[in-house]
Amino acid sequence: MDGFQRTRNGVVATFSGFEADLLRSLASQLVELLRNEMAVPRGNDDPLEELLDFTGPTNEPEDPVLARLFPTAYRDDEESAGEFRRFTEGSLRDGKARNAALIIDALEQAGLPPELTEEGLVIDVELSADDAMPWLKSFTDMRLALATRLGVEEDDDEYWAALPEDDPRAQVHHIYGWLGFLQETLIEAVS
Amino acid sequence: MPVEMDQPEVEDLTFLDRPWQTVVWNDPVNLMSYVTFVFQQYFGYSRKKAEKLMLQVHNEGRSIVATGSREEMERDVQAMHEYGLWATLERVQD
Repeated sequence: MDGFQRTRNGVVATFSGFEADLLRSLASQLVELLRNEMAVPRGNDDPLEELLDFTGPTNEPEDPVLARLFPTAYRDDEESAGEFRRFTEGSLRDGKARNAALIIDALEQAGLPPELTEEGLVIDVELSADDAMPWLKSFTDMRLALATRLGVEEDDDEYWAALPEDDPRAQVHHIYGWLGFLQETLIEAVS
Repeated sequence: MPVEMDQPEVEDLTFLDRPWQTVVWNDPVNLMSYVTFVFQQYFGYSRKKAEKLMLQVHNEGRSIVATGSREEMERDVQAMHEYGLWATLERVQD
């Protein structure tokens, strides 16, 4: 995986079927979270799946992912903050859900089947510079969601690196890092 | 009297003109390259200015990235939230 690279008409990235499927899954969960704030936790038995599942609980503003995606705009003025939220959060939600849906569409148009069964599948995703914008924003939303669930803090790389490989939190942190790598290469490719 | 009361002082006008600012706060998630990219893309700042503001966010915890009317700053804060940056607005401090 080399991330995104510049082409004559925009950018391109090559994904394995597994990577594309993972990205689609993260984007789908983001859409679900944004569109269904009353979603209840699924009570998953698998700790890896549970960490990757940021669809709930989402009672706002208690859900820390939603609180981070839609920060309070006025720090010392509750009334203004509430008004701002009332007038902006709906369209912010729609925009973020739309961006994530565009990623899903692009992956499927590039050849990712509805159910990944084929081994060795490789897809090329080609984007114009304009098409890249929703990807950059949605990578951010997914990273914010995963980081919030994991409890990522400033300069904590050593902590994550020291976790055993089979710790689900280490695996999720690895995915978080991978999204950062994708975003970094996409920024370079469109700059 | 009411007519005259409707005439604001010049100082008040200046105060009303630019009383708000958009602040971007440091977070442990957003990449330095992304924050710089957003400042260039949305505000149209030069790379140099965008990097300076990004470093201020990173090193000092916050940076004032725009100043203007309350409506303009609400628009900017909403845009920053679209990009996933942690932004707030506040009155310009004297």
